[in-house]
Amino acid sequence: MKQYLKNTWEAISTVLVGMIITLKHLFVPSVTIQYPEVKVQLPDRARNRLYVNIDDCIGCDQCARACPVSCISIETVKGMPTEDLGKTSNGKKKALWVTKFDIDIAKCCFCSLCTYPCPTECIKMTDVYEFSEYERSNLLYQFSTLTEDEVSQKKENFAKMEAEKAAQKAAAAAAPKAAAKPAPAPAAAEAPKTDTENKQ
Amino acid sequence: MALKTEEMVLNMGPQHPSTHGVLRLEVELDGELVVNVKPHIGYLHRCFEKHAEAMNYNQVVPYTDRLDYLASMYNSFGYAVAVERLLGIQVPERVDYIRVIMGELQRIASHLVAVGTYGVDIGAFTPFLYGFRDREKILTLFEMTCGARLLYNYNWVGGLSHDLHPDFVPMTREFLKYFKGSLVEFNNLLSFNKIFIERTANVGVLPLDTAVNYGITGPNLRASGMKWDLRKNDPYSVYDRFDFEIPVGRGEKGTTGDCWDRYYVRIREMEESVKIIEQALDQLPDGDIQSAIPKRIKPPVGSVYARVENPKGELGYFIVSDGSANPFRLKVRGPSFVNLAVLGELCKGHLVADIIAILGSIDIVLGEVDR
Amino acid sequence: MYNLLNNLIGNEYVAAVIAAALPLFVFILPFALAAVLLERKVSAFMQDRLGPNRTGYRGLLQTVADILKLIQKEDITATDADKKLFNLAPVLVFAGSYAAFAAIPFSGAYIGSNIDLGMFFILAISSIVVAGILMGGWASNNKYSLLGAMRSAAQIISYEIPTALVVLSLVLVTGTLSLSKISEQQTAYFWNWNILGGAGLGFSKLLLIPFMIVGFVIIYISTLAEVNRTPFDIPEAESELVAGFHTEYSGMKFAMFFLAEYANMFAVSAIVATLFFGGYQSPFGYLGNTLHISWLVPLEQFFWFTVKGMFFVLVQMWLRWTLPRLRVDQLMTVCWKYLIPYAFVNLIIVGLITLL
Repeated sequence: MKQYLKNTWEAISTVLVGMIITLKHLFVPSVTIQYPEVKVQLPDRARNRLYVNIDDCIGCDQCARACPVSCISIETVKGMPTEDLGKTSNGKKKALWVTKFDIDIAKCCFCSLCTYPCPTECIKMTDVYEFSEYERSNLLYQFSTLTEDEVSQKKENFAKMEAEKAAQKAAAAAAPKAAAKPAPAPAAAEAPKTDTENKQ
Repeated sequence: MALKTEEMVLNMGPQHPSTHGVLRLEVELDGELVVNVKPHIGYLHRCFEKHAEAMNYNQVVPYTDRLDYLASMYNSFGYAVAVERLLGIQVPERVDYIRVIMGELQRIASHLVAVGTYGVDIGAFTPFLYGFRDREKILTLFEMTCGARLLYNYNWVGGLSHDLHPDFVPMTREFLKYFKGSLVEFNNLLSFNKIFIERTANVGVLPLDTAVNYGITGPNLRASGMKWDLRKNDPYSVYDRFDFEIPVGRGEKGTTGDCWDRYYVRIREMEESVKIIEQALDQLPDGDIQSAIPKRIKPPVGSVYARVENPKGELGYFIVSDGSANPFRLKVRGPSFVNLAVLGELCKGHLVADIIAILGSIDIVLGEVDR
Repeated sequence: MYNLLNNLIGNEYVAAVIAAALPLFVFILPFALAAVLLERKVSAFMQDRLGPNRTGYRGLLQTVADILKLIQKEDITATDADKKLFNLAPVLVFAGSYAAFAAIPFSGAYIGSNIDLGMFFILAISSIVVAGILMGGWASNNKYSLLGAMRSAAQIISYEIPTALVVLSLVLVTGTLSLSKISEQQTAYFWNWNILGGAGLGFSKLLLIPFMIVGFVIIYISTLAEVNRTPFDIPEAESELVAGFHTEYSGMKFAMFFLAEYANMFAVSAIVATLFFGGYQSPFGYLGNTLHISWLVPLEQFFWFTVKGMFFVLVQMWLRWTLPRLRVDQLMTVCWKYLIPYAFVNLIIVGLITLL
């Protein structure tokens, strides 16, 4: 019997206590932010869409290697020694043409592991989070600014330069055979490919 | 002559508002009473352990975040502890303290989700929203520090990715002050409500020996009466410098080890976490957080098993290294995977409506169950 | 109102039908539409958020948008479902809820149908809802709908007993079943309200007060269960296993179930207000009387009636967003083991007091 009355009392009192709490909250101003008109200011370390300043990129491929989901693909072509590719913003001289710098932002997991190894800090996470597209192919961001013709021209230049070097090497090796020093290993007679050896 | 009755098989499919993720429960019913419950898992399997074999050690960290996505800081904490033990490096003290602060804040956030969604399963919608409003404040603190709200990539092997923001300490203290009052309100609204107690007390009682036999850890084990917490029993990082208690279920409103105990242990753990964070903020030393990060992580050949106390239980990493830059084998002991196994035992003899209550009190996250 | 219409039209039956059906279209339907929005806004403010505020100014056109959406949905009927019963079920539920309004006095001058058995009629006609629910559950050809419907039927039938017992105790005090007479008795000032002992003076009035309060609490809880509101909303629970008897309904039929629920809420709030809180009587006296404008008095009474009804509806919404849900067997325990004994004891004591 005592338990019965205690149950009744507890039921009523806890219900009333709960009701008072919700009543108090009826008058607390709401915490909703009316989104499209009011946007929350993101903190400065916010990690959202990636941006690459392609003028600063030296084509070292560190960001592509650091990415855990392989969403960055980079192709470079070695520039000719006579060409001036310019300098990066912190004074380094560039030696590679970046012919392809694609980031598939649909695959990106926003971990920002790519931003740490970049020597010129040209790849950054911005605070843009509204970048939905209607077509999925629009989510493949292409940062390289060279046109197709320029790309093929650079590749041709490189191939020609390689061919010349190889011819020179062959001539140098054929002529002074009497110099008796064994010819050093062939230097750079490789076809242009995604260049991972040239770290600057 | 007894009537021949058939058992009915009910399927609570992968898409269900109360199963906390994609989990399929095959329930055998005899009228209204449950005879057996078989969970079918695997709907969220993403081959994490296989992926890890193709990555460097520090590329695995974003993947560990996605295991228990509601408690990311702790997943990477455990992984960092494991790899550092394998490498044999000692991190600066500041790194340890910050990891503890972030981990305990993450514990509060994870438990708020757990108790909030438990309230929704039982039918009380309002405490869920209050819990999430408080969780927003924690996520703002995290966003200020490392830039992301849910999946942080913060605990790196040998250090952290960012140092604390200058505003972090005052904002955290303000939050803690606010949160203590918020917990009292939460208790009055939900924990001590007679209807809630009626729904959860004496339901799904987990006896202590069953719990130990199944390998249950975390708040579920503590609610059954055993005082076992890896932060005190097998201390890692700097947990041995803090003064806090381990809440144990006492069977106040029913039997020891029922759903109410499991729920209330989580509430009390949040209070203890507040204490730990305050002490850590007081003792926070200065230092450089990135001084111990190795240039190339190539551990010596060997293996290590390191375990930490996730908000859901004992999270263990077993890493086998063959001397290269990628782990040879990375196995994760997910606490939710082990805790889920006891669901069949707990549900026997209860009504259908209790399955939801019991599942909510075990507090699983499918990311950890399926990996 | 009936007299007015009778004089206007001449035909008794048509006048009676129109008099009884008028509150339906003029008051209840707009109220049900507004109540849908009100519930969402009240719940939002209690949860520190805003609720619908984009459709129309501050979300006022939200219900219109909902109705338009529901109208243009496909009306699906399962192939094996019993079509006649399936289509009849929402009609019965709707009719049962709305028919109760015929006997509730909206003001001193207006009552749909002034019968002497008002309260008895209301209790009887709201039981048609049970038949409608059972039909809906059976005709859906879905075992979970059937389970939900059976639970709901058991719930409604069980909770009618404490309601009837409290009404009995009230009849002992007031001496009549007619709601309009009960309202007339609680004239003019709030200390004449039944919850404060009823009109009349004397010691017995003071003695009655605690038992009237207990009776009010019992009847409020029981009518909450009759309209399937939390904490008693097992039949329509969203996160329970069984989605309830209206799982298979889509489009306009579903809308009818929901409008019927809100109308039912107002009906029981109005009944509780009439029985215990004076119905359409104002607590402070009438402006019309003090200013000697006689046509103002019915309007004022209508205003007070609406205010009291809305207040109790708001309390019902308040309870919904505070409390968790009871399990089916606990629901039955509360009814049979707690409410009914308390209601019986209340009845006996009130009876003894009225003998004094």
